[in-house]
This record gives sequence, C-alpha cells and structure tokens, in this order.
Amino acid sequence: MYRILEKKILNESVQQMKIEAPLIAAKAKPGQFIILRIDDKGERIPLTIAGYDRKEGTITIIFQMVGKTTKHLGTLEEGEFIKDFVGPLGKASELEGYKSACVIGGGLGTAIAFPQAKELHEQGADVDIIAGFRNKDLIILEKEMKENASNVYITTDDGSNGTKGFVTDILKELLKKKTYDVVIAIGPLVMMKFVSMITREAGIKTIVSMNSVMVDGTGMCGGCRLTVGGETKFACVDGPDFDGHLVDFDEAIMRSTRYKEEEEHSCRLGGYTNG
Amino acid sequence: MADMKLEKYKMPEQEPETRNRNFKEVALGYTEELAVSEAERCLECKHRPCVKGCPVNVDIPGFIRKIKEGRFDEAYGVIALTNSLPAVCGRVCPQETQCEELCVRAIKGEAVGIGRLERFAADYHMAHTEEFGSEAMEGQTALKGRVAVVGAGPAGLTCAGDMAKMGYNVTVFEAFHEPGGVLTYGIPEFRLPKEIVKKEISLMEKLGVEVRVNMVIGKILTIDELLAEYDAVFIGTGAGLPRFMEIPGENLNGVYSANEFLTRINLMKAYKWPDFDTPVKIGKNVAVVGGGNVAMDAARSAKRLGAENVYIIYRRGEEELPARLEEIHHAKEEGIIFKLLNNPVSIKGDEKGNVTAIECIRMGLGEPDSSGRRRPVPIKGSEFEIPMETVIVAIGQTPNPLIKDTTQNLATASWGGITVNEETMATNIEGVYAGGDIVTGAATVILAMGAGKKAAAAMDEYIRSKQTV
Repeated sequence: MYRILEKKILNESVQQMKIEAPLIAAKAKPGQFIILRIDDKGERIPLTIAGYDRKEGTITIIFQMVGKTTKHLGTLEEGEFIKDFVGPLGKASELEGYKSACVIGGGLGTAIAFPQAKELHEQGADVDIIAGFRNKDLIILEKEMKENASNVYITTDDGSNGTKGFVTDILKELLKKKTYDVVIAIGPLVMMKFVSMITREAGIKTIVSMNSVMVDGTGMCGGCRLTVGGETKFACVDGPDFDGHLVDFDEAIMRSTRYKEEEEHSCRLGGYTNG
Repeated sequence: MADMKLEKYKMPEQEPETRNRNFKEVALGYTEELAVSEAERCLECKHRPCVKGCPVNVDIPGFIRKIKEGRFDEAYGVIALTNSLPAVCGRVCPQETQCEELCVRAIKGEAVGIGRLERFAADYHMAHTEEFGSEAMEGQTALKGRVAVVGAGPAGLTCAGDMAKMGYNVTVFEAFHEPGGVLTYGIPEFRLPKEIVKKEISLMEKLGVEVRVNMVIGKILTIDELLAEYDAVFIGTGAGLPRFMEIPGENLNGVYSANEFLTRINLMKAYKWPDFDTPVKIGKNVAVVGGGNVAMDAARSAKRLGAENVYIIYRRGEEELPARLEEIHHAKEEGIIFKLLNNPVSIKGDEKGNVTAIECIRMGLGEPDSSGRRRPVPIKGSEFEIPMETVIVAIGQTPNPLIKDTTQNLATASWGGITVNEETMATNIEGVYAGGDIVTGAATVILAMGAGKKAAAAMDEYIRSKQTV
C-alpha cells in the first residue's frame, strides 16, 4: 500500500499527488514512469513521473481525470492509499549536452515536459517553453515554468489567455528567428506529430514521449508497441522517449483508440460522468 | 493384488458445451473412492522408473501407497518433501512425457494416473489444512542465512520453498502485484484455479518465505544491490517477452500477443469486466497463431469470452503440434477449429485500423529440420483470407532483458538467456544463480521447478562453504 501524502488540484480536471514510495524515489529519473493500480479490481495504468524527492521518499504524479481509473484516483484524499505502485519504469530521458532547447507541452503533457525543462535549465541550457491549453482555466505550472526558462509562451485554443492558437504556431514563429539543439515535445499524439513535422523540415532533433496503452510496463505484454523507423518498439522498455522524426504517429493514434468504448462504458458505470 | 484395469479411472470433467462458456475448472478431480481405486493400479515397482521421470524426484510409489491406505494427508506429506507446488504440478505437469511415460503399466494399457493422484492428495491437504495444521511444512527456526529470489514463478517459488525448508530466511521479489508468475498471469483459471495458486503460496509463506510484490528488479533494485544484502541470489525471471510474426498488419487494433491477452484475462480478470476495470475485446472470429499450450489456453479463453469461431492457425501438421495431447483434445471438444498447415502472411484492417481478416498461405511438409520435425514449406499461390476481428500471436516468448541490461558482466547467450553451470545453476557471478525459462527459453513449469530445486541445493552448499571459511 502506498500513501497519498499530498494532493493539489491544478485545475478542474488535473490533480497532482505526492505518493510515499521511497525505493522508487531513490532511483527515479526524469522521463521514467510508474504503473499504479488503485485497488483489487483496478486496472494498471502508466503515469509519467512528474517529480521525485529522494530525501522525502516521494514520487509526484500529475494526472488528468479522463478515464475510469484517473477519475477514481481523483476522488482519493490525502492519507488514503493506492494498492500498487511500481517503478521506476522505462528509460530515463537523455538530457546531457544540450545548450539550447525548446520544450513543448500540450495540456497535461506540460506537467511531464516541465521537469525536463527544469533539468535542462539547471544544466545551464537556454530553454524556451511553449505550453498549450484548451482555455485559461486549464493552465498549469505557469509560475514554475517562468522560473525555469528564458522564455515561456502560452497558447490557448480559444485565446482566453496568451496567444490564441496552437503550440505549433509559436514554434513556427520562433524558428524563423532562431534554432535549438533539441526540441522536446510532450502532449497529445497529434501535437507531437505536427511538432515533429515542423522540426523535421527545420532539421532539429526532436524527442517525444509515448504514453501508450500497456499492462505490465516491463516488456511482457507488447500492448504498447509502436513503429519507430520501420521497426516495432515497446514504449515501456525501449522508451518512453523516441525520436519524433521516426515515430509512426498515425499508427500510434489509431492504436490509442483501442479501448475507447469500454472506457466510456466503465466511466458511466462508475458514476464518473464529466468525461 | 493390484487392480489390473488397463485404463486410468476417469476423472470427472465439466461437459464441453457447458465448460466452454465458463472459466471454472474443467477437470473436477478424483473423489476419495476413485483416488483409492486408481492408486490400486500402482504395482509399487522396486526399481521405481516413474521417479526417474520426475524433475523434482517425488517419491511416487511412496505417496501412492499412502493413498491406497487411505492416509491422504500423509500422501501429501510425502509429495511435499520434494515438491513445493503439488496442487499445481498435479494439474499442469506433462506427466505423459515424464513420470507416466516411464510407468510399467504403460507398457500394456495406460500408465497409473500419477498426476491425478498428486492433485488429489494436494487438494485433500488444502481442504483439510485447518484439521491437520501444517506441521509437515514448518520451517526450521535456526536461520542459516538470507537469500533473495527474483521472480515468483515456478522456478523462484521452488527455490524459495526449498531454501526455507533448509532454514534460510528467503525474500521473493515479484514485478507484478501478485506472485505466481506464469501460474498467475498465463495459465487460465479453467486449467489452474488462481485460488489453488494462492493457497500454495500461502503455504510457502507459512514456511517463512516473504513475498514482496511490485518490485521490478533491475529497476528499483539491482542484482548488485541484492548481493550486498543477501548471501545468495536466484534469478527466475522467466521468458516474458512476446515474439511477434513480423508480418504486415501486426500492429492493427485487435492483434494481441498471447501474453497480453492472457494477462488481461488471468491476472487482471478482464473476463469479469466491467466488475473489474481491465477490458479485453474479442469479436466473433478469433485466430490464434501457434500450436503450443499457450495457443490452446488463448483459444479456449477466447471461446469462453463468447467468440463464435475460434481458430488455431499452425504452420505444421497435427503430429507436430507442440501442445499436450490432453490440451489439444480439450480444445477440440470445446469447438476450437484447427487450421493446420497454414501460415499467416498478413493481417488486413479497415480504415479505423481494426482487424478485418487474416491472410494465410497453405503449407506442405518437406524434409525434417534441425528440430527433427518435418519442415513446413509454403505452397505458391495458395493464399486465402479468413474474416477475423481478433488475432492472438502465440508463437513463443523470449527472456526479459531487464536483469541482463542492468547487471554488468552477467554472462548471457546470444538469444538473451542467462548462462549457467548446468550442475549447480550458478551464473558467472559468485553467489548468483539462475533457472527456469530465463536459462532454457520457454519450457514447462516442472522443468523450471527442477531448476529451482537444483539451484537451492547448490546455494545451500555455497553459503555453508563460505560460512565455514
């Protein structure tokens, strides 16, 4: 059993939790993920590690309440327990040696992208962050981002805050004036696909994080497989970071819809209705 | 005088048309009367050929004699002396190629039903544990040292059970949230009820074995870190990585590895969705590619989930099917359609990426290959399609590289298996032993158990030799 030490509501659909897991905290690195199962009837879901504190022995997760499990998770309070919490899984991000970087987060992906921006910033890299949200109420980590980057650009789909439009609009503008050693894009598959298309043309190395459907997270089920450079890879053990220019995003988008009907059905049954 | 009946006493089973709609156990087990009758068929041969066929050296005539005498719990005690998982072995061991193959009664007629009797004794014990207590299984109190076992499957659990019986303090690390390995995630409920696996493991915990779940060794702790804490380490991480066919369409929605399909059903209880949260999709037509026990398990599970047509697609012929005869027989009884001498060449999908058909080519049989089986050869121009919603790939597993990749200098073979001294199961790293599928590639539960047993003996010797220095 793993105790929830702290819970923060970041916006109407996104929460942050600090989980007591000292052994995982001792080994965790940016880019890795955990798998959790809330109770005996629960499913196993992967969540990227949004932060860790080795001294405190905690792992921070940030999640959007979209499916049955994440909605259930959102109902848990400080002091309550999660049945299973496994990690750190996947390969750590390789962030060394970059002097300039553009870190792009889409929605919840911003929470995952932020620790990478922070790490690069602390290493002395010149970091620009572009973070896109649907509207102003969904913006997260704005202050933290500003403290850890040279420039922060926020976009909203409806223009209610920052620039109206998509992260790709900003990226295109920035690339007219400057270039980067690396672009890191974390967010919806469609966003990562279009970012990768732009950077491929500009010839900038691009890293994306693939959060596929998976069961075990150790290479056993193969459910998270994706095509990278014509080869089948497993997001759980070969990733989750991949070269955005090599990922077959169309296939990944298709695979991500596999359990949509069941997800909606389970949500209705579970009484979680705002999805 | 022995009962000279030529056939085994039949074990009651659920009827095929009933059982292919539920996940309850197919074989129902002997009654006390049937068990005694079957035991009477044993000749108690002096040279005990059956024991030579058992990878864990169960005193087979010894426990059968106890059954004859009606001392059922003592029969269990005899088995438990050398076998840590009797209720499991009685169900899933391929006895026909081991103990029963060597039974003198098999020369004329059928062998004694050793597996059925083992199962009977184990089930009897489990049903009466309260009554008898578990003193036969009590571990020694003086602890001789600390041992770490990585992987709570058949190899690891056997090693752990033997070490605990010898008086060691044993910790088993399991990556999943439940122990059992393939017994829990792989073999379906209808062949091996999970309640049985849980009871076997709880008996082991009574011996003092500590099982720590959610521990992915290689990630949360390395082998080197374990070595710093424990006197010896056993690696039994199995062959967990699924193999795919590498044909077009394999990443379409509706294509599962047998591992994923069975794990969703067995470990995550997807057959109880939506009461349990993990879903599995099945459709009307299901193709299972492969001819081993895993393929049979997947096909029979698909049928139970409500698929109308379930096909086994296998590139060789009936005689070459690697699955146990009993499994093939059960599958056929339950209405599984065998498409033999067919090999998939592609999987077709619709615009949404869902599987719509599997394309196969017919095969002929050529000269024997390195495995001694006749080589399947494609017949040109014989391609055809079968409409399909689900394709399950059950063509084998390879070792999980997590430990190999995180343990410097651990000697492994080119295919990824850990290299060991076959006499002791010792790896090239002092104090580190390995056994089961991680060493042999995908094999049987009992072979893995035999390896765990052999390793336990060698680990005991190693630890004692170090302590006397």
